[in-house]
Amino acid sequence: MRETISSTVPLYPAAADKLKFRGLLFAVAIALLILPKLFSSGGSLTTFSLVGISIIFSMSYNMLLGQTGMLSFGHAVYYGIGGFLAIHAINIIGTNKLPIPLPVVPLIGGLTGLLFAVVLGWVSTRRSGTAFAMISLGVAELVASSALILRTFFGGESGISANRTRLFRVFDWSFGPQVQIYYLVAAWMLIAVIAMYALTRTPLGRMCNAVRDNPERVQFVGYDPHVVRYLAFCFSGFFAGIAGALAAICFEIANSAYLGAVQSGTVLFATYIGGVGFFIGPIVGAVFVTLLSLGLSDLTAVWQLYFGLIFIAVVMFAPGGITGLLMMHRPLLEAGTLGRVLPSYFIAFVPTAAMLTGFIVAIEVTVHYAVNSGDDSRIKAFGVSFDAASRYVWAMSAVLLIGGFLVARRTWTRVRHAWDDATGAAREQGIPA
Amino acid sequence: MLELIVISTLNGVLSGMQLFLMASGLTVIFSMLGVLNLAHASFYMLGAFFGYQISRWFGFWPALLIAPLLAGAIGAGVERFGLRRVHNSGHVAELLFTFGLAFAIEELVQIIWGKSPVDFRVPPSLDFPAFTIFSTNYPVYKMFMLLVSVAIFTALLITLKKTRIGLIVQAALTHPHMVGHLGHNVGRIFMLVFGIGTALAAVAGVIAGPALVTQSNMAGSLGPILFVVVVVGGLGSLPGAFVASLLIGLIQTFAVSMNGSLAGAFGPLGAADEPTWLADIWGVTIAQIAPVIPYALLVLILIFRPMGLLGTRDT
Repeated sequence: MRETISSTVPLYPAAADKLKFRGLLFAVAIALLILPKLFSSGGSLTTFSLVGISIIFSMSYNMLLGQTGMLSFGHAVYYGIGGFLAIHAINIIGTNKLPIPLPVVPLIGGLTGLLFAVVLGWVSTRRSGTAFAMISLGVAELVASSALILRTFFGGESGISANRTRLFRVFDWSFGPQVQIYYLVAAWMLIAVIAMYALTRTPLGRMCNAVRDNPERVQFVGYDPHVVRYLAFCFSGFFAGIAGALAAICFEIANSAYLGAVQSGTVLFATYIGGVGFFIGPIVGAVFVTLLSLGLSDLTAVWQLYFGLIFIAVVMFAPGGITGLLMMHRPLLEAGTLGRVLPSYFIAFVPTAAMLTGFIVAIEVTVHYAVNSGDDSRIKAFGVSFDAASRYVWAMSAVLLIGGFLVARRTWTRVRHAWDDATGAAREQGIPA
Repeated sequence: MLELIVISTLNGVLSGMQLFLMASGLTVIFSMLGVLNLAHASFYMLGAFFGYQISRWFGFWPALLIAPLLAGAIGAGVERFGLRRVHNSGHVAELLFTFGLAFAIEELVQIIWGKSPVDFRVPPSLDFPAFTIFSTNYPVYKMFMLLVSVAIFTALLITLKKTRIGLIVQAALTHPHMVGHLGHNVGRIFMLVFGIGTALAAVAGVIAGPALVTQSNMAGSLGPILFVVVVVGGLGSLPGAFVASLLIGLIQTFAVSMNGSLAGAFGPLGAADEPTWLADIWGVTIAQIAPVIPYALLVLILIFRPMGLLGTRDT
C-alpha cells in the first residue's frame, strides 16, 4: 500500500520541481549549442546528428513499447514514409521556388507519419500484445514490399535523392555544411523531446500507462483502450516521421532501407537496451547503440554479432535496460547503503571481465578460421593484435572463459547477498526498494 | 493453361506442405509456451546449413537425420537455458528474446558460411526427372520433398492422436495450466516440444536447401511468411495451420506464374511512357505483387476474423 502512495505523482509539480526542470532544459540547450565548438570535425558532427535523429526515433518508439505497452516490429514504416515525403518535398519546393525554408521540412515528414499512422493505426491498435506485434510486422512487410513495386515514388533499389541547399534561405543559412545540419537536428530534437515529455504529463499520457498496466480496468473507468492506443500510435507515428525526415535531410537521400525490417529492429534494440521503463531510457539507448554501432564497426569485423549478443544479454539479465540497472541503485543511494554493494561489484568485475575477454578471443579466433582461414593468422580485434594460430592464444582463451566463469559465478552470489542486505537495510529506513 | 494449373498446383501443394512442417512446430510451441518463436525460421536456416555441411562430410542421407537432431538439440537448449529464464519477465521479453536470437543466428551463419549462397546440391540418387507432363520434366526430388513432408505430417498426426504424449500436448494446447496441475513435468514437456518443433523446422530446411537457395537471408525472407500462416490459420490451431499453409503455398505459386496486370486487362493508361505512380500501379503484374499478397491476407484476416480461419482463441 505504501508503494502505491509513494509512486503516485502529484497532479501539479511543485515550484521547485518546475524550476529544476527548466534549469535542466536550459543546461541541455547550452550543451547542445557548444558541443560543435568542442568537437568540430565533420565526422563527429555527423555522429551527433545521427545520435539526435536516433533519440527522436527511439523516444517515439518508446511511446508505444514503454508507455502504452505495444511491441511494434514495424515502426520504421512511419520513419521511412516521413523520410520519403521530406525528400519529395525538398524536390518540389526546390523546383517551384516556394518560400518554404528547410527547417520546416521535418514537419512535413512528421505530418506524413501522422497521416499514415491515422490510416493504418485504427486496425493495428485494436489489440495489444502478440496480435499487435504480428499486425505491425505484416503492415511493415506490406509497405516495404510495396516500396519496391511503386518505383516512381520510392525510387526502387537506389532510392530518391535531393539537394537540400537549393531551398528558400532564412538568415543566409544554406544547410550545406554539416554543422548547420547538426543545429537543425539539435533544435528539432529538443522540441521533440520536450513535446514528448509534455505528452506524458497530460491525461492522455497517464491513460496510456493505465492501458499498458490494466486495460480491463481502464474499460471499467469508462475509457476505450482501443482509442487510447490509437492516439498514442498516431503521436508516435508523427515523431517517427520527424526523425525520418531529419535522416533524409542529413543524407540527402531516401531509399527502401529506411522502411525495412533492419531499421525497425535497430530502433527496438536501442529502446530496449536503453530501458523502456523510464522516460530517459530511449535517450540513453539511442546514444549507446549509435555510438556502439559506429565504434564497434571499426574495432571488429563481426560487430553485429556482438550487438545481437548484447541485446540478448540485456533481455535475459537486465529487463529494465541500462537505465533500469542504474535506477535500481537510487533507493540504496537515498538510504546510504550503496557502500555495501560496491565492494562486491569490484570483486565480481575482475573474473567477469576475464570471462568476457576469453569469450571475445574465442569468437575472434573462430571468425578468423571460418571467414579467412587462408590468410595471415595474426589478427587484430579491439585494437589488440594476436596470433589466431597460436596454441597459447587458444589455451588462454579457454582458461579465461572457463576459469573466469567458475570464479565469476561465486562472485555473483556474493553480489546477490550484498544486494539483498543493502535493499533490506534501505527498506528498514522506510525507502521502498 | 491446363499445364500451368497442374504444375502450379503441384508446386503449391509442395510449398504448402513445407510451410506446414514449420508452422506445425510453431503452432504447438505457441500453444504450450504462449510465446511466438520469432527465431523459428532461423532453425529452418540452421537445418539447411547443417544439412549442407554434413552432406559434404558424410553424404545427404546422414545429413537428413543428423542435421535436424542437432538443430533440435540447440532448440531444446535455447528453451532450457534461455526462454525459461526470460519467462519471468513476461511475454514481451520472451518475444524480444527470440527476436534477438534470430538476429544472432543470422549473424553467426553469415560469419561461418558467408553471405553468398552455398553449393547445396540435390543428391545424385534423386537427381532425375520423375515424370513428364506437358513437356515439362518434373524432378523426382520434388516428389521426394512432398513424400517426406506427408510422411512427417502423418507421423505427427498419429503421435498427437494416438499416443500418451500426444494427448498431453493436445491438453496443453487448450488448458496449459490444468496439465501442470495434473502433475506432468511441464518444464520437460516444454523443452521436448520446443526441441521437436525446431527439429521439424530443420527437416524442412534440409530438404528445401537443395531445391531452393541456401543462403544467410533465407530465415529473414521466410520468417514473416511463417507468421502469416500461423496467424491466418488461427494461433494455436493445428488444422488451421494446415489449411493456411496450403492456402499460402498455392496463392504464392499461382501468383508468380501469372502475368496479368491492370494495363493488360484494360489497356495502357494514356501516355504509357510517362512514369507516374498511377502508371506504376496500373502496370504492375500479379507476379510482381506475389510477395505482398500474404501480408495483405494477414491484414485482412486480422481485420475481419482476428481469431484466424479455424482458430478458437482470440489473439
